[in-house]
Amino acid sequence: MISKEFEQFLNIYDKAGGNKNAFRDKGIANLLVHKNKVLNVNSIKGVTLKSKRRKDGIAVNLAVHKGVKVENPVHFCFGVLPKIGRQEIDIDILVEDNAQVEIVAHCIFPNAVKVVHKMDANIKIGDNARFKYQEIHYHGEFGGIKVIPKAKVSVGEGSIYDNVFSLLEGKVGFLDFDYEVNCCEKSTANMLVKTYGKGEDKIKILEKVNLSGERARSLIKTRIVLKDKARAEVIGETYGNAPYARGHVDCIEILNGTEAVAKAIPIVSVKDERAKVTHEAAIGSVDKRQLETLMARGLEEEEAIDTIVRGILK
Amino acid sequence: MLKIENLTLEKDGRQILNGINLSVNKGEIYALLGRNGTGKTSLAYAVMGCKGYEAGEGKIIFERNEITRLSISQRAKLGITLAWQKPAVFEGLTVEEYLKCKNNDTNVHGLLSIVGMSSIYLNRMVDDKLSGGERKRIELASVMAMKPKLAILDEIDSGIDAPSLPFIRKTVQKMRDNGITIILISHSEDTLNICDRASLIGAGQVLKTAYPKIVKEFFTKHCKQCNHLYEIDWKEIKYDF
Repeated sequence: MISKEFEQFLNIYDKAGGNKNAFRDKGIANLLVHKNKVLNVNSIKGVTLKSKRRKDGIAVNLAVHKGVKVENPVHFCFGVLPKIGRQEIDIDILVEDNAQVEIVAHCIFPNAVKVVHKMDANIKIGDNARFKYQEIHYHGEFGGIKVIPKAKVSVGEGSIYDNVFSLLEGKVGFLDFDYEVNCCEKSTANMLVKTYGKGEDKIKILEKVNLSGERARSLIKTRIVLKDKARAEVIGETYGNAPYARGHVDCIEILNGTEAVAKAIPIVSVKDERAKVTHEAAIGSVDKRQLETLMARGLEEEEAIDTIVRGILK
Repeated sequence: MLKIENLTLEKDGRQILNGINLSVNKGEIYALLGRNGTGKTSLAYAVMGCKGYEAGEGKIIFERNEITRLSISQRAKLGITLAWQKPAVFEGLTVEEYLKCKNNDTNVHGLLSIVGMSSIYLNRMVDDKLSGGERKRIELASVMAMKPKLAILDEIDSGIDAPSLPFIRKTVQKMRDNGITIILISHSEDTLNICDRASLIGAGQVLKTAYPKIVKEFFTKHCKQCNHLYEIDWKEIKYDF
């Protein structure tokens, strides 16, 4: 029974742009979860992956041991295939000192009419470690889904944390993204959220970075395109609390149409006179010069807008 | 190939073009000269059909068809294109994607080679990390990718490093040799030397059309001596078309 579900799930994962062979390769750490059912889990040397089934989801523990540099990205796939369902993922990630790992997580909800996908993550990155988390969503066209990813991330001394969240396929539904990152001395946090709101999608993004250690650095980048009656509110907060901390908040929201509404609220605060935090936010329609340039190369207006939007969301 | 008859253009309550008449022949490099703010770029935008630069009165005729009210895309489909003085930057779009935006079969390696750039640039983004010279060369490559009949090049040689200039001029000549008619806006005397004919624009009018050397002499004699173009009594000057 699980085998059939596993194959069915893998096929949709494949269509969503995932590499389904990753879930058959014993050399790649992976976790495949449908609703609250673990269809596949694989740990590898240096990477411990444990999961526990719960009523509406699962609890996951991932540990990358001290000094381990994981060659292939760890693959996660979460999803709900029926029209109605709920999936809650509680995830604890520990990347120990000097370790290095990348996670590619696909979240697939192709038929959602009334689905909730909630993730609560606690991520601890040790010292001089590197952790990249890439989350790619694949939604259907109905938009009946609530996506609620929340994370608390601690980045150790000299470590690098990269996070990319992209929700470009299908309708967003309701997105409530809330990440808080604390950066220790000489650490770096790079966060990018990109999404394309259509229909009556509602997007709420809160990204907060505390630059607590000396010479800590961060970049919060948000790229949103809205059309139809979609709405978005983006709050990017950076607090420069330590000497020579450097942070930047960069938000671009493009409105394609007259009924979409976008809001950007950058909050930058500095407690130490040697720290520096900057921000830039641009909300508006597609840039006229870009549009006219592509039209002067022979593209129709709609084709030109698509090309520009694809670039922004790439 | 291109004929402009009594073209007027008003913008923000100001008369920018005041009855422009000119005619560009097929296969020539035609220079538009004049001081800043005299209407050269506005004329280029009006010929391309840019928003906000719609003609008031007069006609723009391209290959015997009136195009005065056509959109940018429609004019581009007829074979007209424009390289902006400050080319747009595109976040997330690679040079290769940009050059192939209309035609996926475009020989991107060949185009970059013509403008003196290596294929390494194909994976670079067309964003503000490119230098002014790099961006302008890519702009020329993008114009050529379109295989236009008429290319309007607005100060394609300005703001770029000296070593890049010969490449730019050679590229423009190669475009002409490949049958592309070119309208060139430039302030450079060296660039003027590659042009076949020139018109001097002043106060939104064509003041003189002749061989570039003659127009340049006229420009030097009359335009550089005054404080302001509008102070010249143009009726006193003999036109030599």
